[in-house]
Amino acid sequence: MKRVFTLIALAFTLGLGGCGYNTLQSTDEQINAAWAEVLNQYKRRADLIPNLVKVVEGFAAQEKEVFLGVTKARASVGSIQATPELINDPAAFAKFQAAQAQMSGALSRLLLVAENYPQLKSDANFRDLQAQLEGTENRITVARNRYIKAVQTYNVTVRQFPSNLTAMLFGFKTKPQFTVENEKAIAEPPKVDFGAKPAPADK
Amino acid sequence: MFLKLPRVVIAAVLLLAPLTFAMAWAQIVVPPLKARVADTARLLLPQQAAALEQKLAAFEARKGSQIAVLTVPTTQPEAIEQYGIRVAEAWKLGRKGVDDGALLLIAKDDRKLRIEVGHGLEGALNDATAKRIIDEYVVPPFKQGDFNAGINAGVDRMIKVIDGEPLPPQQQWRAPSGKNFTERLDDYMGWGAFVLVFLGGLLRWLFGAFLGALIVGAVGGLIAMWLGAGLVISAVVAIVAFVMTLFGVSAISSGGGGSSSGGWSGGGGTFGGGGASGSW
Repeated sequence: MKRVFTLIALAFTLGLGGCGYNTLQSTDEQINAAWAEVLNQYKRRADLIPNLVKVVEGFAAQEKEVFLGVTKARASVGSIQATPELINDPAAFAKFQAAQAQMSGALSRLLLVAENYPQLKSDANFRDLQAQLEGTENRITVARNRYIKAVQTYNVTVRQFPSNLTAMLFGFKTKPQFTVENEKAIAEPPKVDFGAKPAPADK
Repeated sequence: MFLKLPRVVIAAVLLLAPLTFAMAWAQIVVPPLKARVADTARLLLPQQAAALEQKLAAFEARKGSQIAVLTVPTTQPEAIEQYGIRVAEAWKLGRKGVDDGALLLIAKDDRKLRIEVGHGLEGALNDATAKRIIDEYVVPPFKQGDFNAGINAGVDRMIKVIDGEPLPPQQQWRAPSGKNFTERLDDYMGWGAFVLVFLGGLLRWLFGAFLGALIVGAVGGLIAMWLGAGLVISAVVAIVAFVMTLFGVSAISSGGGGSSSGGWSGGGGTFGGGGASGSW
């Protein structure tokens, strides 16, 4: 009798908690949407770069190293096909992430250089572009956080019992997450390090 | 089993749980949305806040866009951007689907401020414009310590900029309907469970537990099929309904009360981190 009761109770909880199929479906779709937004914002940032570089070059053409950094970062970002399928390929995902982090670094160095050129800093065009870049960086952070949250829900569902059985049955695999380390590097504003200041304009 | 635990353990858990919860929740809480002007840092006199509230209400009545002003003493340990997006997500300013909300957030002790812009306003009130409003209109009075002038100058500018962009007129926007099956199911799910529990109780009382459960199970399965579910899912629904009724799920969940607080509320707009920050 007791065993029968246990079985019924088990069926009960399984039935109530659901097999997780719907959760998997809806969170999977949420991840796709969140990821599309992440790509969208990275694209937005990439589109800003040519103008930004042009304006900075107008005032600080001698900062060759910084421009080279941006060019290199653009090349490595451009070499990766930013497709929605990226989230199903952890290796490509990691590469994409590294390239975007490199871009973040190059851009923050570019803005840092601008600090040394008062004329550039007060240029209206530059200020607008800087505001847009800051806004876009913030949008990237928000989009990444939303992606992280969506992946969290999804991965927990994929791993947890009993929904892991459903996930196995229908071939749902865990999705790659943005690493915490990188998250920090991007979420933090660029540090102004006066020790490693690039050579000033009037050297 | 649970009752056999030593009382000390239970007491300790009960005592410690809120503490750890509080430690994990070190962030500044988002104040509940009650009015367009939430001056928790007390930067404005009551009549100044009321006048500002009036101005924003008039703008919303005319244009439909929702602008809110929030002042807090500090957003630490979070950056103002992180706090700002949390507030925007909680308050949902702007109309649903139009997403025409904006938030002017001021952190007094951090000497930082931010304009958070909803998706629908990012065209008119773009990042560069938001930054200029902050730098050119809000910050100068703030530097003099005149918060009222700065906030009003900023809000006036935001209103003017938003006015420049054609937005759907107030009260004419309608949500696109046309839902697919799962969305329809979601709509009915709450009612379904309610009816099931209610009906189940009645039938149990009439026919006894087993027969009543059998009937409810059959009815549930048929309804699921009628709604367009497959045979397997319908069978699962039937079994769940049967088991639920057999064991008498008596807890009728009162579906989240208190949604009509009578005050003002956000219209369901979404934010994506657009806007600009500044400091004074």
